[in-house]
Amino acid sequence: MSLIHFSILPAEFSNLALPLFSSRVSAGFPSPADDFIERSLDLNEFLVAHPASTFFAWAEGDSLRDIGILDGDLLIIDRAIERTQGVVVVASIDGELTCKILDLRHKRLLAANPDYPSIDIADKEDLLIEGVVVFSIKKHLHS
Amino acid sequence: MSMIALVDCNACYVSCEQIFRPDLRGKAVVVLSNNDGCIIARSKEAKLLGIADLSPYFKQKALLDLHKVKVFSANFRLYGDVSNQVMENLRSFSPRVEQYSIDEMFLDVDRFVDGSENSNLNQYALKMKATLWRHVRMPVGVGVAPTKTLSKLANHAAKHIKKDGVAVLDTPEKWQWLQRRLPVNKIWGIGSQLTKRLNMLGIRTAYELAQADPKQIRRLTSVNVEKTISELNGECCIELEEVMVPKKEIFVTRSFAKKISRLPDLLGHISRYATAAAEKLRRQDSYCQQLYVFVRTSRFKEDYYTNSVEARLPYPTSDTAVLIHYAKQAMMTLYKSDCLFAQCGIGLLDIRHRCFYQTDFLMPEQSSKTDCLMQTLDKVNQRYGRDTLTFGAEGLLGRWTMKQAKLSPSYTSSWKDLPRINCSL
Repeated sequence: MSLIHFSILPAEFSNLALPLFSSRVSAGFPSPADDFIERSLDLNEFLVAHPASTFFAWAEGDSLRDIGILDGDLLIIDRAIERTQGVVVVASIDGELTCKILDLRHKRLLAANPDYPSIDIADKEDLLIEGVVVFSIKKHLHS
Repeated sequence: MSMIALVDCNACYVSCEQIFRPDLRGKAVVVLSNNDGCIIARSKEAKLLGIADLSPYFKQKALLDLHKVKVFSANFRLYGDVSNQVMENLRSFSPRVEQYSIDEMFLDVDRFVDGSENSNLNQYALKMKATLWRHVRMPVGVGVAPTKTLSKLANHAAKHIKKDGVAVLDTPEKWQWLQRRLPVNKIWGIGSQLTKRLNMLGIRTAYELAQADPKQIRRLTSVNVEKTISELNGECCIELEEVMVPKKEIFVTRSFAKKISRLPDLLGHISRYATAAAEKLRRQDSYCQQLYVFVRTSRFKEDYYTNSVEARLPYPTSDTAVLIHYAKQAMMTLYKSDCLFAQCGIGLLDIRHRCFYQTDFLMPEQSSKTDCLMQTLDKVNQRYGRDTLTFGAEGLLGRWTMKQAKLSPSYTSSWKDLPRINCSL
């Protein structure tokens, strides 16, 4: 029995329940879809594969503009994901958290904006890389 | 032979503060207790500067300032979230686990390592350590041994003797080697009183206790020490407690920032503590039936006054309104008009899980409406922040006048406080 309440993810997020199917009640014959209505969609399930190694953060700045990560986006970062060629990572450079594209072949971190330089990481990737960005979430409704 | 691993976070609170502040890793950092009173956690670097553990903040302030040590107020919400992640990761290493405290976990690792080859257990422990660093950025020490008491000793060796942070004591030669080098007070469950007693009996090292006559020690101390002796010899007497036992008593006690002489102020404080205690009680899904309230003036002044009262509640309850009502009544009986009070507190006693309370027809019980109201109250306060909904008795001004001048952001529990990733580099 697990008594530990897992609370790194905000409670309101977990309670977001959207019905997957909902058939109208009709007298007589049961709808074949009724078998499915017990399940509801949970965004956590989609966005967070490993709750025990995931954290959320805000992106600030436009160095990853060309892959669609802009200022104010919400980043979902998983520390457990393998660091392979081309993944987007959060790295700690001179004590500061920053976001880059991992270029393992050339041992460097790339920006996605020509205004920003790439950073040489020469075999320090384990030291520098904090986790892999699995999602960025952008708000389109600005009220 | 069963094998138990004890995983213990290194300077847990400090390590939590460093997770989202990589600039602070490898630096001198300390964390203060509630009200910024004492130093309760120090990084290795802070220890090396000679900053004393559990010493009052104001006494160490000059030294901390001199070395530009980073100081944090305790951010227990953050530590709780990180601890949950640590424990979740550890569960993938064994289905039989016991969370012993916010930063320690016992795991039964017996079945996962076939044979008794040391290298396997060692590798398994190293893997746990590496996983926790990679997945949570939590540095830990891992001690592995046949009993809980020995795994605690192994953990000590992992942190203070071994360089890789992992120690396996799987043969008597290994644990005896360690026991000869550790004073008896390093043993789990041997506190300062027992240490004095054992020292008087000529027992100074862990090894001397392990070799002592269990029956004689039992007569001179207690059955628990007899068990400890068996455990020190590799014989398992203390089982893993996989289900956390709810607390039997809940206390909320605070010293006032300023001394208080007026009764309404005291009633306000005790009401607030009753509210906090009731929240804790509901979090473990329990009721209580006994209430304890105390007050005292400053110990260092003349006319020292302290008094306490216990009250039986009419029925088992977790209702904040009921607890406030009785706490205030209790406070009124304790109040003396010519005193300057320095501290008061409340205790909830006779606590049991809701389902363990027998109800009978003659005894009133907490209505399901009240349960529902309390649930709503807790939900609102969780969601919109503590003190969003309060009881009138708590007063509007005082709140929790807790000093937290150096609190870090709520990295894991508030949208606006999430870590910020600099995409301008």
